[in-house]
Amino acid sequence: MVLGALLAALVNLGGTGKYIHWGFIQISVANFIVIILMIVVFILAILLPFPKRKGDRQ
Amino acid sequence: MSSVKKARRFNPDRDVAPWKGAYVPYDILKEAFVALLAVAVLIVVMAAVFSSPDDPSITLKKWSAVNPVDFAQTAITELDGSSGTATYGPPYNATPDAAQHMGFFEPAQWFGVHQPINTAQDFVIGPLRTLPNQQLLQRALDVYQGASAAQQSAWTTAYEKAVANATDVQGRLHVPAGRYGPVGYIIGSLTAMAQTGGLDGTLLSEGQFYNTDYTKPLLFLADGSYLESLAGAQHLQGSQWGMMNETGNYPGQAWLWLYTMWYQVAPMNTSSNADLEVWAIMMLLSVGLIFLPFIPILRSIPRWTRVYKLIWRRHYRELATT
Amino acid sequence: MSIDTDIGAESGPGGPGPTTAESRQWTARVRHTAESAFPPDQLLPDRQPAYMASWIYVFGVLTVVSLAWVIITGCILAIMGPSWWHVSSTGHFVNSLHLWSVEFFFFFMVIHLWGKFFMAAWRGNRRLTWATGVIAFLVSVPAAFTGYISQQNFDSQWISTQAKDGINATGAGAVWNVLNFGQMLMWHIVLLPIGVIIIAGLHVLMVRRRGIVPPFAVGDAHSETPVAAPLEEPA
Repeated sequence: MVLGALLAALVNLGGTGKYIHWGFIQISVANFIVIILMIVVFILAILLPFPKRKGDRQ
Repeated sequence: MSSVKKARRFNPDRDVAPWKGAYVPYDILKEAFVALLAVAVLIVVMAAVFSSPDDPSITLKKWSAVNPVDFAQTAITELDGSSGTATYGPPYNATPDAAQHMGFFEPAQWFGVHQPINTAQDFVIGPLRTLPNQQLLQRALDVYQGASAAQQSAWTTAYEKAVANATDVQGRLHVPAGRYGPVGYIIGSLTAMAQTGGLDGTLLSEGQFYNTDYTKPLLFLADGSYLESLAGAQHLQGSQWGMMNETGNYPGQAWLWLYTMWYQVAPMNTSSNADLEVWAIMMLLSVGLIFLPFIPILRSIPRWTRVYKLIWRRHYRELATT
Repeated sequence: MSIDTDIGAESGPGGPGPTTAESRQWTARVRHTAESAFPPDQLLPDRQPAYMASWIYVFGVLTVVSLAWVIITGCILAIMGPSWWHVSSTGHFVNSLHLWSVEFFFFFMVIHLWGKFFMAAWRGNRRLTWATGVIAFLVSVPAAFTGYISQQNFDSQWISTQAKDGINATGAGAVWNVLNFGQMLMWHIVLLPIGVIIIAGLHVLMVRRRGIVPPFAVGDAHSETPVAAPLEEPA
C-alpha cells in the first residue's frame, strides 16, 4: 500500500547506537530519554492543576 | 467477618477510614474513550516518525561465508564435544556439574535433559550424512565413526590446533596440514555445506517438512563468535547492560534495568551461577513488591515522603477551610 | 429438576434475595455473589470522591487503553501472519504501532505504579488491588519478551540465545524453550495475553469493588494513632 510507503520512518533510529557511560552504568541515550521523560511526566502529573468540576456535591 | 469489632490498632500505613465526604460527577467511559484516542494519536505519530527496527537475521550460510575460519573452529568443538552447547548440561545434555546451582539448589539438574542435543551427531555427522552422491565424504564419516574414542580424540585435538591458524582465502577455508585423519575433510565439507545454505535447512527441518523449532541452528550460531560480535557492535551483550537495549538508537526495555543491573555487580558479575543467582534475587524482590503492603518501614515510605500532600493538596486545602 | 415458578422473591434493602429453591443453584448463587460484590452503580460509577483531583489518576486508564492498542495492533499482525511485516511496508507500519503501544503501555504502567505507591493505595483492604497490579506488571514482562523473540530477525536470535541461559538455570528451560519459535509465538499470542487480560481485569474489578483509596488523614504523617479513626469495613 502507498500509505505504508509514505509512512516510512521520518527519523532514522537505525545505525550506531549512542550510549552513556557513567561509572559501572551503561545506558543507551534512547532509554535514558525514556526514563527522564517518565520522571518528568510523573512530576508534571502531580504538579499540574486538575480542572475543577462544577458538579452536584452529594 | 467484621473488622470493626476486632480490637486492632489503627495503622495509617495499612488502614484508612472510609470516605464519607463529597462526590463529584465523573464520566469514566468518556475518559477511557478520550484516552483511547489520545494514545492512538501518540502511537501513530511515533510509528510514523520513528518506525521500528528490523535488523535481518543471520544464517549459518552468512556466517560461514563471512568468517569460515570461525565457523570451522566452532564446528570442530561441536564434533569433539567441547563447544558451549556440548558442555551446557541440562536441558540439552547430562554434562556433569554443568547445571547452575546455589548450594544444594540445582533446579536445572532436577528438571533434567528434555531438549536432548548430541552436537557431534546433530550438528556435524547427521547433516553431512544427508548429502547424496558424496562417496568420499561418507567414507570419511565411516572411518571417523568406526575409530576408537582415543583415535577420534587424537584427530580432533590435532585439527583444533591446526584450525587455530586457518585462513580464509576468498571465502574458502585453508587449514594447515596436520595428522587429523578424516576430520579435516569432514569439517571442510560441513563448512562448504553451510556456505550453500544447506546446513540451515537441514538443521531446522530435522528431516521433516514442517518445523517451527529453531533450537539447533540457534545453538550452533550462538556457539560461534559471529552472532556475538554483531551483538557487541550493537551494545547488546550482557556486560554492556544489553538486556535493556535495542538495536540502533531505538528505546529498548527500560523496565529490565534492575534485572540486568545485578549481572554487573559482585559477586554475580564473575559467578558461573550468575543466572540462577539473579533470578533468585528478582523473584525475592518481585514477591517483596507484591507483599509490600505487609512490610513495615517500606510501606511507611509514602507517608514519610509526603508526596501525597501534593497529590491531594486540593482535598487538604478544602479541609483546612471548612 | 422441576422448574421453580416462585422466582424473584420479596425485595429487601440488599436487593431481591434468592428463594429457598434458587439458593441451591450455582447460577443463582454466582449471580447473587456478583451482584452484591458489584452493584451496577459501583461497577460503572458516574461519580468519584472529590479528592480525585490530580492528573496522576489518569495513568491507570492510559495503561488500559495502551493495552487495548497492543491487542488491536497485534490482531492486525495476526491477520497477515508473522512474516508480513518483513515484506510489506504497511505490515512494518503496523508492527511499529504494536511496538510503540507496548512502549507506552509500560511507560504509563510504571508512572501509575509510582503514583499508587506514593498514595499507599493498598490501605483500607486494598492489598489485593495492589497485588493484582504488581502481578499484571510481572506477567506483562514475559508477554513482551515472547514478542521480542517472535520477531524472526537478528534481535530475536540474540535475545533468545541470551535469555535461554537465565531460563535454563531455573529449570524452566526443560519445558519452556525460548529457541522454539512456534512455542514462543503461541505463548505470545494466546496464553500470555489471556493471562494479562484476566489479571488486569481482576485489578480493575478490585478498584471498582473498593473504590479509590482515600487520602491520609490529617495527623497521619506524625503518629500511628490519630484521633479515633474507625477501620474500613470490608465490603
